[in-house]
Amino acid sequence: MKTVEEIKAAIEKAVPGAALEIIANPSPSGQHSLRIEPDCAVAVASFLRDDAELAFDFLSNVTGVDWPDKEIAEKVKVQRTVMKAVDGAEPGTEQAVEETVEETQKRIVPGFLEAVYHLYSVEKREGPLVLRMRTVNRTDQVELPSLTPLWRSAEFQEREIFDLFGIVFTGHPDLRRLLMWDEFTDHPMRRDYVEPDDFEYEPTAHDEVLKRKQAHRAAMSEPEKSGPTKSEPANAEAGA
Amino acid sequence: MTVAGAVRKQLPAGWNRPVPIEPEGEGELLEVAMGPHHPSTHGVFRMDVALDGERVIRLKPVFGYLHRNHEKIAEGISYLASMPYTDRLDYVCPITNNWAYALAVEKLTGQEVPERAEYLRVILGELTRFQNHASTIGFFIQEMGASGTPLMYAFREREKILDLFEELTGARMMVNYMRFGGCRVDATPAWLDKTRKVVAGLSAFVDEFEQLLRTNEILMVRTQGVGVLSAELAVNAGITGPMLRASGVNYDIRKVDKYGIYDRFDFRVPLGDHGDIYDRFMIRLLEMRESIKILEQALKDIPGGPIMDPKAKIRGFRPKPGEAYGRIEAPKGELGFYLISDGGPNPYRYRVRPPSLVNLTVLEDMCLGHGIADVVLIFGSVDIVLGEVDR
Repeated sequence: MKTVEEIKAAIEKAVPGAALEIIANPSPSGQHSLRIEPDCAVAVASFLRDDAELAFDFLSNVTGVDWPDKEIAEKVKVQRTVMKAVDGAEPGTEQAVEETVEETQKRIVPGFLEAVYHLYSVEKREGPLVLRMRTVNRTDQVELPSLTPLWRSAEFQEREIFDLFGIVFTGHPDLRRLLMWDEFTDHPMRRDYVEPDDFEYEPTAHDEVLKRKQAHRAAMSEPEKSGPTKSEPANAEAGA
Repeated sequence: MTVAGAVRKQLPAGWNRPVPIEPEGEGELLEVAMGPHHPSTHGVFRMDVALDGERVIRLKPVFGYLHRNHEKIAEGISYLASMPYTDRLDYVCPITNNWAYALAVEKLTGQEVPERAEYLRVILGELTRFQNHASTIGFFIQEMGASGTPLMYAFREREKILDLFEELTGARMMVNYMRFGGCRVDATPAWLDKTRKVVAGLSAFVDEFEQLLRTNEILMVRTQGVGVLSAELAVNAGITGPMLRASGVNYDIRKVDKYGIYDRFDFRVPLGDHGDIYDRFMIRLLEMRESIKILEQALKDIPGGPIMDPKAKIRGFRPKPGEAYGRIEAPKGELGFYLISDGGPNPYRYRVRPPSLVNLTVLEDMCLGHGIADVVLIFGSVDIVLGEVDR
């Protein structure tokens, strides 16, 4: 089995301008992955499939991963000028002094959606090679190129990702929801998904059920103009 | 035959899509929703079929009737708490589901499995494969119209195997047997003796089954040359398991990955050469014979010793950050689990690669142009369980 580094070198030789990055996997499984930029993904993937040395003819697993926005609090040393009394100077006067202060800064790392592909070679009996693609963000730029034209096995699995994560695969021949119904609007596998309020009357509510009951009561007692009516489908209440 | 070089042939774009069929004559197409409550769909599955007379012009599978978002549930509970839930994926073969999940977690943490536990896994895994193939053939023949008898023959053997599961694990189907780094309970010598007796009788059952069915004229007429799947398309569409090997591709994960201790056993990989329904049926029969061979060797060689890695941590189990993809040759095909750990007690991402779902990719390709009655047989020869398709 060729290492990820060798495969990366081979791709860079064959597909000029391909932007690749090896993402190390610290676990004992040692399955390092290769991140490819979406705009060169189809070229890289068809090279991996058609190259005689590599011959990754079998795409086994396709899945999505949601990485929400992360807020990172880190301590940064900041130089700033403060006015303060300085030793040796006249008492009562202040001077501008450069000072290093430690400050806690909050930084938001933007989130993204990721599609992960596990490739094997039936011909060479090798694998897996893990490919990853990332969207720009989680809200409006969620397009990734579909690899279904190259490997048919991605057809249902990419549809499932579209359904549950909300990645839009451009070039997919039949991109519809797979598991949820067509009228459903949300993406249940996202980490910030809120379950719809589908509480049903329960005589002895307790613990979790009691909390849901109270939340349901609170939602129901709101003015009718914003609250959903009973005739609407259950998932319309998701936002309530 | 292997597909060496076959995929690299310059195939035209769109070669792996279903070939559209033009309806003959005039008139409207009849659109039929087969399922979700149709006895031949093995559960709640729907095929939207468009028919020209009896010929299938279009077939779209519709999923999701049994969707309960197993993956989301597993992300909210600990690693071990998902183990009983994996039983419910492919509820005909719970042991292999346990095994695939345990294997993925062991890859993630680097745990070792003691030798006796590996043998127990192989014994139970092959018993599972045997009973899955037997009942698959039984149901398949039942759908073809041989009402009752072959299915009852298959279920008679399945009962014996389920009794063994019950005695060892406490449950006939929802076994919850494996743990990360071993198995839950040890087999007693009495259980092993009983298993040896059952395995000794399995060979006669396969002979009887084969004699009953293999040269049956109705079966041959209905299945030979129907639902043909080419080797190139099978590989490209990610088909695994008996269906892939019936198309002539020599790819068995027990041989390729040699997970567990499969490199110690002497067994062969049966291959078909037509890729039709009859080949899929025969491959299952032959694989049952190979399973018996593996079982006999494993029951002869099983050593003593512990069944759990002594260093295995049950409480406070938190794998280090990282990810792993573990896969096994389940009776239906490649069953894989993809796990991402962020160092917490729950998996950050938990993904099941279901063989049943991916094997259905080519259902439309195989059915187009055949009669509606053949759809039932082609679908039966894929061998799916809806608990795994919809998760």
